[in-house]
Amino acid sequence: MLLNQLAHARTGDKGNIVTISLIAYRQNDFGLLEEAVTAERVAAHFSELIEGPVHRYTLPQLGALNFALHRPLSNSVTRSLALDAHGKCLGSALLALEI
Amino acid sequence: MNTVRIGSGAGYSGDRIDPAVELAERGDISYLVFECLAERTIAIAQKARLLDPAAGYDPLLEERMRAVLPICADRHIRIISNMGAANPQAAAAKTRDIAKQLGLPGLRIAAVTGDDVLEILQTGLNVIETPEGPLPPADTWLSANAYLGVSPILEALQSNADIILTGRVADPALFLAPLIHEFRWPLDNWNLLGQGTVVGHLLECAGQLTGGYFADPGFKDVPNLDRLGFPIAEVSSDGSAILTKVAGSGGFLNRATCTEQLLYEIQDPSAYYTPDVIADFAQVSFEELGDDRVRVSGGAGHARPSTLKVSIGYRDGYIGEGQISYAGPNALARAELARNILTKRLAGHVLSELRFDFIGLNSIHGAHLSSNAPVPYEVRLRAAGRATSLATASWIPREVEALYTNGPAGGGGASGSTREIVAITSALIPRESISHHVQILES
Repeated sequence: MLLNQLAHARTGDKGNIVTISLIAYRQNDFGLLEEAVTAERVAAHFSELIEGPVHRYTLPQLGALNFALHRPLSNSVTRSLALDAHGKCLGSALLALEI
Repeated sequence: MNTVRIGSGAGYSGDRIDPAVELAERGDISYLVFECLAERTIAIAQKARLLDPAAGYDPLLEERMRAVLPICADRHIRIISNMGAANPQAAAAKTRDIAKQLGLPGLRIAAVTGDDVLEILQTGLNVIETPEGPLPPADTWLSANAYLGVSPILEALQSNADIILTGRVADPALFLAPLIHEFRWPLDNWNLLGQGTVVGHLLECAGQLTGGYFADPGFKDVPNLDRLGFPIAEVSSDGSAILTKVAGSGGFLNRATCTEQLLYEIQDPSAYYTPDVIADFAQVSFEELGDDRVRVSGGAGHARPSTLKVSIGYRDGYIGEGQISYAGPNALARAELARNILTKRLAGHVLSELRFDFIGLNSIHGAHLSSNAPVPYEVRLRAAGRATSLATASWIPREVEALYTNGPAGGGGASGSTREIVAITSALIPRESISHHVQILES
């Protein structure tokens, strides 16, 4: 199934950093998210758009994972040529992950 | 005083004004905060100020003030906002004039300055670190603004200001300052400042806490989003708060909306850097108390950093952009042909970067993530490129428009623009190298 069946996400931006929170609809599913949505898997998923490692932070009491991704400096919010210069739509791409 | 009620009247410069009026009228609040400065906003405002010394503050300042001042004056609601942007003194003078025109004498309006460090940076201020790579040449700099903390806002509140207009201030500080003022929190009680920062961070994007930026039909349905209400925090002296909104307004507030907003734009939740405290969100929890009432607690903090962040706005060349649509049978093939033609026609111009997107197919998530997407009925070709001169960049929209009569069949709806890029980078400077000023005008 796709991740959007189990969790919701919000994307934020600061310069060339994109942050994506991933939050379980049901607290019971948090363990599955923690196991399946690793930093490495997220890095591979977004490999065309980001560079360097992805950092993952865990907030079990909120049923949430938080990811920090780095875009190339030429693609920071204020310099990007992309239609979505902020990268605000990237959280939706994470929800398309198959688990 | 047991609790303080703070309303969030704007989450960005262009935000909707009606919800702020609703908060002032029916929110039973003591403070109304407008957060209106994105990273680049102040550099763009600085460009406006260079053309007109009386400009450079928020473009909606006048409209907002006219809408809320009579209500706020009547109910003794104090207003705190960074709508001063690149010119807080002009914003304060404008607000004083509006108050006079509205027949509201005796309002005290504070202008907070000191965040503008362009001059001292250009004359060799000691920069400690440049986290986003080396700084661009100084002759391209338009603006340099340090993120101030709560101190000047506290000073204004102690001087009985009714309206406080700042330039660059850390967003949560706009909310943290009235809490420190009301509860007399010591400025080195890091856990209280950390919890207050949690509250400020949750409120600073206004409607994003109450169901804005949240709805996903069938998965996350939000009621009455068309009349989305903005949030209120009812804060206790221990820094915990009940998050709520005006009864009957649209949207909703629950654990899910609060969790999304808590982590919005946060990297490491245990170390959120602000000028006043390094806040720790790692143990924050939410408790649903009832409809649209969520209790937040568990924020903590560590000693404030010794450096302040400075955002530097600089001229970074020009972006030219053009778009044209193709629809019906073979639309994608015609759009691809148009792209190939543009690639050749633009090859003679010096563009440091050029990209093409097929809107409706892969423009947002890129070719890799969109590889299984079905071929759409209609597709919009977009070309965007970077150049060092306006004239060169403008070749992009020009050549896109020329596809009408010089390109594939059936192109339509061409549009284009060329604009100067005002880019932002950051630097860290010693805290001691700046000082703030508070000037008070009276209507």
